[in-house]
Amino acid sequence: MSRAFLGLPGPPPRAPRDTGYLRGQRPFPSAAHAALEDSQQRRNLGKATGTIRDKRARMVEEVPDWERLRSAGAAIKADALARLPELLERFESAVTERGGVVHWARDAVEANEIVTRLVADRGADEVLKVKSMATQEIGLNEHLAAEGISAVETDLAELIVQLGGDRPSHILVPAIHRNRAEIRDIFLREMPGVDPDLDDDPRSLAEQARKYLRAKFMDARVAVSGANFGIADTGTLSVVESEGNGRMCLTMPETLVTVMGIEKLVPSFADLEVFLQLLPRSSTGERMNPYTSMWTGVTAGDGPREFHLVLLDNGRSATLADGVGREALRCIRCSACLNVCPVYERTGGKAYGSTYPGPIGAVLTPQLAGMHETRDDPNASLPYASSLCGACYDVCPVKIDIPSLLVELRHQHVERSRYTAEAAMMRAASLAMSSATRFTKAQRASRLGRVLGGSDGRITALPPPFAAWTSARDLPVPPRETFREWWESEQGRAAMARARREAERGEW
Amino acid sequence: MVNARDVVLGRVREALAAAPPRPVEIPRDYRRERGLSDQRRLDMVVDRLTEYGAGVYRCRAEETATTVAAALSDARRIVVPPGLDRSWLAEFSGSVEVDSGEFSVRALDEVDGVLTSSAVTCAETGTVFLDASSDQGRRALTLVPDLHVCVVELSSVVAGIPEAVAELEPTRPITMISGPSATSDIELDRVEGVHGPRTLRVVVRVDR
Amino acid sequence: MRVALFATCLGDSLFPEAVKATAILLTRLGQEVVFPPGQTCCGQMHVNTGYQADALPLVRNYAADFADESIDAVVAPSGSCVGSVRHQHGTVAEHHGTPALRERAGRAGGKTYELAEFLVDVLGVTDVGAYFPHRVTYHPTCHSLRMLRVGDKPLRLLRQVRALDLVTLPEAEQCCGFGGTFALKNSETSTAMLADKMRNITATDAEFCCAGDSSCLMHIGGGLSRLRTGVGTVHLAQILASTEQHVLAEPEVIV
Repeated sequence: MSRAFLGLPGPPPRAPRDTGYLRGQRPFPSAAHAALEDSQQRRNLGKATGTIRDKRARMVEEVPDWERLRSAGAAIKADALARLPELLERFESAVTERGGVVHWARDAVEANEIVTRLVADRGADEVLKVKSMATQEIGLNEHLAAEGISAVETDLAELIVQLGGDRPSHILVPAIHRNRAEIRDIFLREMPGVDPDLDDDPRSLAEQARKYLRAKFMDARVAVSGANFGIADTGTLSVVESEGNGRMCLTMPETLVTVMGIEKLVPSFADLEVFLQLLPRSSTGERMNPYTSMWTGVTAGDGPREFHLVLLDNGRSATLADGVGREALRCIRCSACLNVCPVYERTGGKAYGSTYPGPIGAVLTPQLAGMHETRDDPNASLPYASSLCGACYDVCPVKIDIPSLLVELRHQHVERSRYTAEAAMMRAASLAMSSATRFTKAQRASRLGRVLGGSDGRITALPPPFAAWTSARDLPVPPRETFREWWESEQGRAAMARARREAERGEW
Repeated sequence: MVNARDVVLGRVREALAAAPPRPVEIPRDYRRERGLSDQRRLDMVVDRLTEYGAGVYRCRAEETATTVAAALSDARRIVVPPGLDRSWLAEFSGSVEVDSGEFSVRALDEVDGVLTSSAVTCAETGTVFLDASSDQGRRALTLVPDLHVCVVELSSVVAGIPEAVAELEPTRPITMISGPSATSDIELDRVEGVHGPRTLRVVVRVDR
Repeated sequence: MRVALFATCLGDSLFPEAVKATAILLTRLGQEVVFPPGQTCCGQMHVNTGYQADALPLVRNYAADFADESIDAVVAPSGSCVGSVRHQHGTVAEHHGTPALRERAGRAGGKTYELAEFLVDVLGVTDVGAYFPHRVTYHPTCHSLRMLRVGDKPLRLLRQVRALDLVTLPEAEQCCGFGGTFALKNSETSTAMLADKMRNITATDAEFCCAGDSSCLMHIGGGLSRLRTGVGTVHLAQILASTEQHVLAEPEVIV
């Protein structure tokens, strides 16, 4: 069935270009260049990702049905995506029945407007934030600031990033690129009322954050959160956290506004039995995170008197329209793929230029916000920011085949940007290798490369694009004889005959 | 004018129509019910609670009051939810206030601790579930005071997360607690004690 | 068994010693080794760089050469190419080819094995009578590890090699940074990964780093050579084909 038949102008739109954080300033290789030279960050990331990798591995090891849980998790999310329209409607009516107000946002612009209006209408000039990827994605804090409302991040790592005027670099631990000494400096410089004798013991730093935020929690009028899961059947939402800042924001204010991507739905409450096992072990490497809150609408005498839910599209329906790429919408934002990724470990998250870094970011960002036709769109470089080593797929709790998705996005990008020098080279290689006759001719031609080698058989410099190889690696000169030449040669026949004799005599 | 709701739902329908997904069968062959003995569940929950930095007290029903008093020994003034069994406090020498919703947040911040019951507990993860019943109180009650003492009946301790989730009434406000508040945000080192109660003590009653 | 050798384009053109070793080893183990001369390349570079449609002629060519019923098994000294044959050819055939090609590609892929897999799983041997008097560390390449799940099969083979001093590679399962065109498109990140791999290799004091993929060895070896570390690279097949009578003739590595 064609789209024209369905009466639509075109595929669902991607996230808008000018609002939010789903596109960097420059392509990945160039952003990575700077990151690779940041020795401090390299060390901080190496240490942190190494620690979390080990913790996760230990926690997963002790669960005998881990693979079965992964399969169930993947299937539950796939099922929810397949039935999304029906589940969204069910969810909306369940939330409404329990006293919540549901808003729909086509994109970041609309979501920002809705939240800002809700806050402004309540006369608040400050909102408390629970760490939320969705609100980061839409650039809510910046939009609120432009309207004279200050958003205070209450998650420790988000607070570090916010006070430092920095950008987050990790889904779970946005300040993973900072070490304790840097964090102490940021607090001393930026935190109102900071203890001037603050040391860099993580305990002291956490204590300082507690003191700073406690007064704010006591007086909170409006809080904004994201959600880890929304339960379609019951209208229940949940936030999974560690510090208690989430509980504070979900409990203390008069008004709670939750911004949730439409792909966060799972069908039934019982489905949480799978995700509450998969998420903490994958994410922080704990059997269970310290706190998980669940709420459904409003409850008299307990928590906020008003609850608003903003359901966000912002490129999700466009992602869903791709039968292959939609798999990325299963993501539960655990960040296990970041922690095992050898590319992420070295470049850090900011090189990806998006709220969603690492392997999942490299497949999610270009789908949410698009890879534009222009050759230097940073998002078009993301699917290539991987050696396809597959470590991400192995740890993904919902079995997103990230390497295959990366390859598929490369394919889509190539389809859209034909007639490049690379395309010509690939076409020529395909032609040369589609028949053995042409292939052997090419082999003979490449043997000319022997002249590039020095007397020691090393090639140390090649022209572009292969100069990128010889910038750090030698290449052996092509051998005098290819395998197939040897196979047909006297010498080759003799060697094979000798091996057959050895086999007969059982000599080996 | 078309509203955002219809637009978003329309896009989602069209997206699925553009590449119709196959129906999904959800495999539920993971562990859902483990018949662990009382002793196994007890050992496991004690081990897990201890590992995540919670204080653990084991007692028989008739020892509840003395055990609770021991768990509250460093608190002078505590608050309790209205439906809590007051006999648990028979040996507690400090002052006890009952929260019927009139306590301001700042007033809660002034008390030394809170004593509550619990809904269900998962042994494998050491997770206590509160569901805001009258013996557990509203959510702020177990959040603002710096010490939370929580009584758990062994009969309400289940082996795994699926068994625990099955016990919950979804629409109640639910709080899952696994140890005191903590953060790993600085170099991924776990530090206990941030915004939630910095001390969690669990009294496990092995019989009723 | 009648075993068809898939040399791979890289093995055939640049690293023939690993393919020769594979042919000799399989023959010595009593297999009838044939080399279908029409073979060229699995097309992995095209698929992984986004040129799926350009990979189609290569997928077709592979199926034409290897689907034939007279061939019992196809063996290649490359985890990565076998991974592509088994996991990508079906996709390419489905998206760009005909149902008939998909069926043929499936038949060819279904009997294609990486060398260590074939030795351990199909022939059921771990001691192939090899002799290699050197200190060696083994790098499990990503695709053999994660796409093919060869697990410890290469190590089980290496442990049986006489006079071989096998030393564990720290952080062995970390990618070396090759990744095909990744090494060109993101050459700096690739180099950073390679640097850590080389640090771990040199820390073992091994004479050789061994692996089951000539492509990864080309990358690792290129770095080790550039820094004049004096550590060589050698394909698993070359060690397994080395005997007291025929010690690895000419390590095709530049040291």
